[in-house]
Amino acid sequence: MPKISIIAKDGTPFELQVEAGSTVMENAVRNSIPGIVSECGGACACATCHVYVDEEWIERVGPPGSIEADMLEFAYDVRSTSRLSCQIKVSEEHEGLTMHVPERQS
Amino acid sequence: MISMSNNPIDQGARIVVIGAGQAGFTACAKLRELGHPGPITLIGEEAHPPYQRPPLSKGYLLGEMTEDRLYFRPINFYQERSIDLRLSERVGFIDRVSKVVGLSNGSTVPYDRLILTTGARPRSLPAEIGGDLEGVFYVRNLADINSMAHHFRPGQHVLIVGGGYVGLEAAAVSAKLGLEVTLIEASQRILQRVACPQTSAYFRNLHGKEGVVLCEDTGLKRLSGEDGHVRSAELADNSVLPIDFVIVGIGVVPNVELAEAAGLTIDNGIAVDEDCRTSDPDIYAAGDCASFPWRSRRIRLESVGNAIEQAESVAKALMGQSSGYEAKPWFWSDQFDVKLQIAGYSQGYDNVATRKSVGDGVSYWYYRGGDLLAVDAMNDPRVYMVAKRLIEAGTSPDPTVVSDPATDVKSLLP
Ligand SMILES: Cc1cc2nc3c(=O)[nH]c(=O)nc-3n(C[C@H](O)[C@H](O)[C@H](O)COP(=O)(O)OP(=O)(O)OC[C@H]3O[C@@H](n4cnc5c(N)ncnc54)[C@H](O)[C@@H]3O)c2cc1C
Ligand code: FES
Repeated sequence: MPKISIIAKDGTPFELQVEAGSTVMENAVRNSIPGIVSECGGACACATCHVYVDEEWIERVGPPGSIEADMLEFAYDVRSTSRLSCQIKVSEEHEGLTMHVPERQS
Repeated sequence: MISMSNNPIDQGARIVVIGAGQAGFTACAKLRELGHPGPITLIGEEAHPPYQRPPLSKGYLLGEMTEDRLYFRPINFYQERSIDLRLSERVGFIDRVSKVVGLSNGSTVPYDRLILTTGARPRSLPAEIGGDLEGVFYVRNLADINSMAHHFRPGQHVLIVGGGYVGLEAAAVSAKLGLEVTLIEASQRILQRVACPQTSAYFRNLHGKEGVVLCEDTGLKRLSGEDGHVRSAELADNSVLPIDFVIVGIGVVPNVELAEAAGLTIDNGIAVDEDCRTSDPDIYAAGDCASFPWRSRRIRLESVGNAIEQAESVAKALMGQSSGYEAKPWFWSDQFDVKLQIAGYSQGYDNVATRKSVGDGVSYWYYRGGDLLAVDAMNDPRVYMVAKRLIEAGTSPDPTVVSDPATDVKSLLP
């Protein structure tokens, strides 16, 4: 059960103990972290689950897939560290993974 | 209907929500997020805490998702936020004079403001043509899916009645799992009610390639059974098809009966104004059950995005933050390896532009005159994202520019 943390836009940190194999989005939603909307429930169809992965983690988390990258291109304030959190599956290697929630989702 | 001024409700106002689905859940969560401290009761006739329906015809039907992953929130969410979630309870009546709702167990719950999020139910096959046989299923509730799961074995022959999105998704899942699939559609073409002939053709080809036998312009005469279980289907052309089970997807009807019996205005759904208020100022409605004013007419949408936005509008209106609901219709569907994303609302279109992107992306752009109404994007998320922004901004690119493969879709944004 790796621990990950998501920092809300007002700076509030949420530390979550999560199941390996679950997605970051699912955990964010279950814990009602503000700013992760997730209208499509993880179908990679809405781009309302955007997060910034902290710089030192981006290599281990990896780049977005092709559909995800296409959606992200038009998200609000995209950066090189942007990911859709429904497409990040947490594994044991992600102990300590830190992400930030963007100002808004669209 | 005239929009009333929005005074925030009292802190102690008792809110009762009927229907624990997408809209009911969202309304309760938003009310707490906006700081309403008073009692909230969420009443649902299903046994499960509020859950997502889209995976029912996608990942969950495929067996890729466990049931608990469908729930919007774990059950402790409701306890922590003092949302009195009452499951397996059906509301039988609304008494607007005494301001109470009556439950099937005989008790009543008083309200100061009531929110109707009763959703819709599948249109059913009449019993006269075998609709009451065992082995005839619908795709609306978790219970529906759980009861048909054991039929999804390779080699079983499923008949799918209805070529809308739900029927097509069920066909795709069945084919993927190795079933023999026949889909019949009574209208001239699949998706006739919701899409242009080009989109219908796209999905007809896709399903054909994947081995689904797709018969358009083909009605169902009757289902016949042995020992009460469906065994064969007689089609309008008198051919008889041996089958193991049937999935019916011939559209839904909004659940308006409670509201109707209480004397609220009904017009293809529970009629609401810009703030999602019904003809009774203390009663609101949202989601699949509600029809609302949109660009000088009244429409009703069946989509997650709409259920969320309307439910949030209700919460805001109750808290005195009148938002004036402005629908931004969107939808998605997954079939085989195709992701369809729809931006906008296509009803009333009179011409369609086709765009082929690099790779396998295709999109159909619906116009009325020069006005862009909607876009169906198949495996083309960039087009979807751009189209959504264009439509929301009321910007209409020239169809010839849209169709030109040399146009970078990004350049269409103002
Ligand atoms: C198989 C399937 C696939 C779908 N796929 C997509 C998709 O890909 N994209 C998309 O955008 N949308 C999709 N939808 C549509 C979307 O799920 C609905 O639009 C959405 O669920 C509507 O939410 P709602 O809250 O209005 O209604 P519902 O989610 O239907 O909830 C209404 C609830 O109210 C309960 N209820 C009704 N009457 C009473 C009563 N008297 N007392 C107590 N409880 C009552 C019902 O039992 C139900 O649980 C799909 C729907 C289905 C069925
Ligand atoms: S939840 Fe919709 S794209 Fe991630």
